[in-house]
This record gives sequence, structure tokens and C-alpha cells, in this order.
Amino acid sequence: MNNESQSHVQEGAVTHDVHHNGNGHDGHHHHKETFITKYIFSQDHKTIAKQFLITGMIWAIIGALFSVLFRLQLGFPDESFPILETFFGKWAKGGRIAPEFYYALITMHGTILVFFVLTAGLSGTFANLLIPLQVGARDMASPFMNMLSYWFFFLASVVMMSSLFVSTGPASGGWTMYPPLSALGQANLGSRIGTDLWITSMALFVVSSLLGGLNYVATILNMRTKGMSMTRMPLTIWGLFFTAILGILSFPVLLSGFILLLFDRNLGTSFYLSDIYTAGQALPNEGGSPILYQHLFWFLGHPEVYIIILPAMGMVSEIMSVNSRKPIFGYMAMVGSLFAICVLAFLVWAHHMFVSGMNPFMGSVFVLLTLLIAIPSAIKVFNWITTIWRGNIRFTPAMLFSIGFVSLFISGGLTGIWLGNSTIDIHVHDTYFVIAHFHIVMGVSAFFGMFAGVYHWFPKMFGRYLNNTLGYIHFWVTLAGAYLIFWPMHYMGLAGVPRRYLDFSIWKSFNQFNSLNQMISVVTIIVFAVNLMFVFNFFYSMFKGRKLRTQNPWNSASLEWTTPIHPGHGNWAGEIPEVHRWPYDYGKDGRDFIPQTEPIGANESKH
Amino acid sequence: MSSTWIIVAFILGFLIVFQIAKASEYVAILRGEERNRKESNRINGFMLLAFLIVGLFGVWYCNHTLKDKILGEPASDHGVRIDTMLYITLAITFVVFVITQVALFYFAYKYQEKEGQKAYFYPHNNKLELIWTVIPAITLTVLVGFGLYYWFEITGEAPANAQTVEVTGSQFKWEFRYPGADGKLGKRYYKEIDPMKNNPLGQVWADPANQDDIVTSQDLHLVVNKPVKLVIYSKDVIHDVGLPHFRMKMDAVPGTPTTMWFTPKFTTKQMKQKYGDEFVYEISCDQMCGKGHFSMRGTVVVESQAEYDEYMAKQKAQYALANEAAPAATPAAVPTAVPANDTTKPKAAMPTTVQGAAASQKTH
Repeated sequence: MNNESQSHVQEGAVTHDVHHNGNGHDGHHHHKETFITKYIFSQDHKTIAKQFLITGMIWAIIGALFSVLFRLQLGFPDESFPILETFFGKWAKGGRIAPEFYYALITMHGTILVFFVLTAGLSGTFANLLIPLQVGARDMASPFMNMLSYWFFFLASVVMMSSLFVSTGPASGGWTMYPPLSALGQANLGSRIGTDLWITSMALFVVSSLLGGLNYVATILNMRTKGMSMTRMPLTIWGLFFTAILGILSFPVLLSGFILLLFDRNLGTSFYLSDIYTAGQALPNEGGSPILYQHLFWFLGHPEVYIIILPAMGMVSEIMSVNSRKPIFGYMAMVGSLFAICVLAFLVWAHHMFVSGMNPFMGSVFVLLTLLIAIPSAIKVFNWITTIWRGNIRFTPAMLFSIGFVSLFISGGLTGIWLGNSTIDIHVHDTYFVIAHFHIVMGVSAFFGMFAGVYHWFPKMFGRYLNNTLGYIHFWVTLAGAYLIFWPMHYMGLAGVPRRYLDFSIWKSFNQFNSLNQMISVVTIIVFAVNLMFVFNFFYSMFKGRKLRTQNPWNSASLEWTTPIHPGHGNWAGEIPEVHRWPYDYGKDGRDFIPQTEPIGANESKH
Repeated sequence: MSSTWIIVAFILGFLIVFQIAKASEYVAILRGEERNRKESNRINGFMLLAFLIVGLFGVWYCNHTLKDKILGEPASDHGVRIDTMLYITLAITFVVFVITQVALFYFAYKYQEKEGQKAYFYPHNNKLELIWTVIPAITLTVLVGFGLYYWFEITGEAPANAQTVEVTGSQFKWEFRYPGADGKLGKRYYKEIDPMKNNPLGQVWADPANQDDIVTSQDLHLVVNKPVKLVIYSKDVIHDVGLPHFRMKMDAVPGTPTTMWFTPKFTTKQMKQKYGDEFVYEISCDQMCGKGHFSMRGTVVVESQAEYDEYMAKQKAQYALANEAAPAATPAAVPTAVPANDTTKPKAAMPTTVQGAAASQKTH
């Protein structure tokens, strides 16, 4: 950024500031900001963060609604719901969910939540919001690329959304999109145009994710304010940094896998196809291997779960420290364990493929590397627990969600030790045990991290608080609900109940869980309703919430709370503050907290 | 209609909750936000402790209600190993689960904000961190050790006396091929598949080993206490042979035959005596394979050698079925669509190379 434009930005920031303190309205008449450049094609990282968040929320509602629909089928397989036929026509004739519809629902549920909500919605939101604010930068390294990142995500969303409305239905081969099922339109209705749209959308999504990721890394490495050494960065930034690296290195591999799939589907190549007889016809393809796709897919697919969980880990570390009024325990160990997870994330992908016919020796290598991940994970858990030990804890909704996150991460992480062990995996692979495991450890707990982040930084985003009472109800119902839904599924898994079955009536070994399935479905609907209430709280509080009166509502030591209540584009009016210490000086030398911007005192104790 | 009422009830409930939440914010302002915050802090602290206690009770209750609904005794030798591994892991992870959850919720409760309480400045302790790096590392080494020991036993070579049976999955059914008297499975090639000509698996009739192969569907017959090696094929998309009672599972991959072996321990009759007349060994498809995935069911009948022999004696070789139906299709009139590089393709002169065809055929 040259001097001229820098001063320009600063001026803008100053004007903003004056305005907000004046009447609390956004000034749209000073420098060239129009409605479009301010709210739509905005290059301000804070606005882009909000765009990601709100788009992610819309997707989350759709994805969760799909799970409510298929839970209706699982909980009440013998009943019919005429209302479904009203809305979905041929897909729910007589109010009963057709198998093709069911499989489309689960496929889209997975795709939407893994990619659109927990990748774009989570790291898109918080990387954009927090990186410049917490490292002390006026914006991202390339605000324009950042804007493109959102709009590619938006395009991906449009394409994915349109795939829901094609006559043969959206992709329905499972969110992993394994060929040959996903490659052969004659074998699966959803594998016709729906899958082409799915692949197109995912390609756009990868572009979005790469543009964002490169920007995050560039900003963190180059644009930290004076004094902000890497080891003085909040753990949020470390989490987002490793997330971005994981994404940059693994999404291209996924894209290559998808392109080969697109070729197999449309150009007659045989990368993944061999020896297939379907719909009364032997296909000419020979020599391909569906296992190749699985390798390419899981080379992203596994890092993907860390892409989802690392930002949550970072935010939880920050929020726990702030609300315990105590430094995060073992900062360097926390960074080290994030790094270890980031490296190991690339070396464990084939543990999804223990029973795919892969060489058992290779399987054994992946067992070892997979279980190694438990070590950094254990360090993190113990450090979080030690962080709250002898603290002085304030249970804000954000803190409660952080505690819930750790609880869920423990519960789901421990079953990872079961699944990562190939011997046990033979039995529970592709059963409800897996569903229970990954929903708890990366689904719900990443959501908890996201909720924690939203409750904690909502005042920074909108200058208002979310309603606390609704926040507490939201937390308790969701936590109890998550355990009620997913804990019993472990038992279904141990009974061998396979995933992706919509009806168990013909099975002697799997049909003993009807009442349990009913309970789970009822709880799912309640949790869904309570989360809709959160969405309502979000939009209501955006306009009508209690106003923020101080710059630093949580008495936090980190840099984002040194900006004005309504920061303009450029974040700080005047100079960017210099940083003199790490962001976790809570309870030091008898003081409640010492902001990062305060120089080290002469008599200050060392640690 | 009832769904409309449920939706109405949800909306009403929401409105009430929302009004209360809004009111509580005004009350907070009237009473002083600080006092209000402290009160809600106490309530939430107590709730965390209550959640821990109710939650641990829930864990016990869940186990109590569901433990009889999971699978009984493992019905294969590998199943015993897998269950042992499972219980070792359960013991370790359950201890860790209880310790960490209790610590998390109890500390949260105990160290909630109190008047005059100061947080303890405790940024790091290398010794502690070393301890909780090393202990998990040792524990995991033990788990990896056991796990790999069993893994290699389970995935190792099948014993020489193992009976070979071929399993083929297709949307949405299972088919089985037994090698017949010669103990050899004949060659197959997917372009030969033609259900109309009684050749559902694409057996190459020119291969003499095919002449006595028996093809069935739905029921897989196995001999108790005799190792069985399943050679697994798929005709169209990926399936998975899931045998929950035997604790075994292996994908069926088009173009890449896979194998698994195990030794059934109990006959179906014995299991019926233990678990009631309803009992049946089932084969489930465990890999998403299309709209009928949930109904892709097969069964396994485990029986004594005598019963098995009797059953086999009643079956007719597929070769005979195919050639009765279309007498013209003699070995001479066979394949036209044979890949050029498939040098093992029978010219009847070298049938011996077909041995172990299942695994080696696809290596061309």
C-alpha cells in the first residue's frame, strides 16, 4: 500500500469514527462509498466476513432442514406426512420420502454442512473478521482477491442451489461422491445433471477457498503490526493460519480428483471406471480404479476435518482465556500441537479406506499415523482444562459454548481412537458409530466453536450484544440435544447398523432401534427449532440488540478491542497501535488484564 | 393436520420465550447489569455441574437400555479378536472420558467468578506438559501394538485349507459362486455377463474350471469351523460385504477383486438356540450404492459339513444351466470381446494357469 492510499484509508476511518460516535449511523456520503461498494461488492474484510457468515447461516438452515426431513423418515418410517408432498411433489408421493429423495437429502446435507457452512461459513467468517483486527492490519493483503473469494463462494452457492431444482434431482451418491456410482447416470438418478452441477459448484468453491486462503497466509505473514511477532499472535490467528495452509495444499488435489471424475462422466475416459456391467450393458471402460478417486478425495477429505476444527480450536482457546481471566495454559504447546495436527493431517487420509481393499500393510502405516494425532489433541484438551483451573470464570454464552466444545471434542475424539484402529474399524466402518463420531467431533463441536465466536465477536461486528437469555437457552438445549442425538448412535454402530439406510424393516439385525430412532428424530426437531431461534436472535440483535457502550466489553487483552466500536474501513483511526506483549496477560501481577498495547513495565514479573 | 399443530405450538413457544428473553434484558438494566450478570453466572455454574451428573447418569442409563440390543457373541475367530481390541480400547478411552469430562465441568463449576477470587496466573509448566504428552504416547503405543497384531492376523493369508467362495455385488443383490468339485473358480470376464443366457457373472465357458462352478444368489452357505476365503467382486458400483455377526467387512470394487477370510464359529442353528428363532446371519451392503442400498440384503447359512455337502449336491452347475438353455453356446462358440493383452485367456491348452484366478485375473 503506498502512502497516498494509506492516508486515504486513514482519513476514511477517521470520518467513520466521528460519524458513529455522533449518531450511530453509517456515513454513506463521505468518500466514494456507495451502497453497492459498502455492502455488496465490498472490499472491507469486516463486511466480507459478515457476508460469509450470513450466507453460511442460510446454508446451515437449509442443510439442517434436510437433516430434519430425513430424520422424519428414520424416526417415523411407517407414517406419511402429506405436507411433504405439497412441497416436494414426486419426491415425496403420498407424503413418504422416496429413496432417491432420501439419498439426495443426505448427500446435500453432508456437502452443505461440510463445505458451505463449516468451511466457508466458519473460516470465511472468522479469518476475514479476525486476522486483520487481531494482527493489527488495516485490511487483508489483497482486499480485491478477498472480495473475489466471497463472490466465487456465492457463485458456487448459486450453482449448488440450482442443482436442487433439476428434474432428476441433485447429486445423491453421498457427500464423498464415490465413483462409479457418481459417474454413471444410469446407475443413479442423482448422477445425471445433478452431479455435473455439484462438481461445477465444488470447483468454484475450491477457487474461492484458495483465493481466501492465500490472502489469509499473506496477511498473517506480512501485515502484522509493529511488535506483533508470530509468538505474540492470539491462538485464533494460529488456528486460522494452519487452516489456510491446509486448504491451500489440499483443495487443489480435490479439484484434480473432481476434474478426472468430470472427464469420466462426460468424455469417456476411464480414470475411475473398469469392468462395469450396468443397466443391462457392459461398459467399454477398462483399467481404471475407483480407489484412485478415494485417495484423491480423502487427501483433501481428511485435512478438511481439520480445516473445520482448527479455527474453532483457536477461537475456543482465546475465549476460554478471556473468560477465565487467566492466560491460556501452555501457549507454545498449543501452537506446537496445532502445527503437529496440521502436518499429520496430510498423512492419515487412507484411514477412511481400511476396508476398501487397500493393501493391509499400507493400512497399518495409516493406523500408526492416525493414532499419533491423538497426542496433540490430548495436549490441547489438557491445556484447555488447565486454563479454566483456578480461573475466575464468567459464563458468557461464548464461554459456555467453548466449554461445550471441549466436552464434545473429548467425546468425539476418543471414539476416533476406536475408528483409527483398523482392527476395530473393520467392524464399525460405515456404521452409525462413524456418524456419531464425526458429528460429535467435527460437526457439532465445530458448530460450538462457531457459536462461541459469533457470541463473542458479535459486539465487534455490529456494535450490539446478542440477547443473553436466548443465548443460554440456545446453548443448553443444543448441548443436551447433541448428546441425546449422537451418543446412542454409538450403540447402533456397535450393532452393525449401516449408514445411509432409510428403512430397517426387512432387517432382522438392525430393526430393534425404532423407539430410539423416534427419540432422536424428536430431539433433532427441537434442536433445529432452538437454532432457528438463534438465527432470529442474530438478526433481531443486529438491529435492536443492547448497544455496546465500551470499546472493550469483555476486558480482553487482544488488539481487536482497541478499535472504535464501529470501526470503519481501515479499522483504526490514526496509527495502528504497536504491540508489546502476548495477548494473554490476564491476572498478572494482581491486574485483571494488561492490553497487548501496553509496554512492559519496569517492575513487571517475567514468565 | 397434526404437523400444522406442532408447527403452531413451536411458533407460540418461540414467541413466549422471546418475550421472556426480551423482558429479562430490561429487568437486567433495572436491577443493575452487574448484579444480574453475577446471578446468571451462578445459575450457569450450577447447571454445568448438574449437566455433568445427569450426563454421567445418562451414559450409564444409555448403556443399560441399549447393551442388550447390540450384537451378541462374535460368530467368527476374527470377531473374537476384534471384540477384544474393542474392549481394550473401551477400557482406556472410558477412563480418559470420565477423568477429562469430570475435570472440565467440575473446574468450570468450582472456579466460577466469585467475589474476591483472583485467577491464578499460570501460563505454562513444562513438566506437566511433558507428562501429558508422554502418557498418551505410551497408551497409544499399546493400542497401536495390539491393533496391528490383530490387524495382520485378520488380513494375513488365508489358511491353506480355506474354502473359497466368490461374492459378487450388483445393484441391489448378492450372488455367490462356489468352485465345485475341482476346488477352482473358473475365469470370468465382465463382457461375458448376460443374465438372459444364464451367465449372470460373466463366466468364460472356455475355461474348464468353470464347468462345475455353482452360482447362487441370496443365501451364502458356509461350513462351521472351516476357514472361508471370500473373493469379492462388484458388477457395477462399489458395494461392501458387511457381516456384522462375524464382525467382518470388505468393499466390493468394480475392476479390483478384494478378499477377506474368517472362520465361522457357530452354525445358524446354534445361534438360533442362543438368540431365538428369529436369528439369521445377514449380509448388509455397507457402501452407498444407489437407491436400493438399504434393501441390499443377503443371508449366510452356517452349517455342518454334512449339511453343506447335501446342499451342494442339490445345486446345478451354472455351466449346465447355461448350456441347457442355449445348447449352441458350447465352449467353441465363446468370447469375441476378449482384450488382446489378456494372455491368460484360456485356449483350453493352459487351464492350469487359471488357478487362483480370482485374484490374478485382474492383473493384466
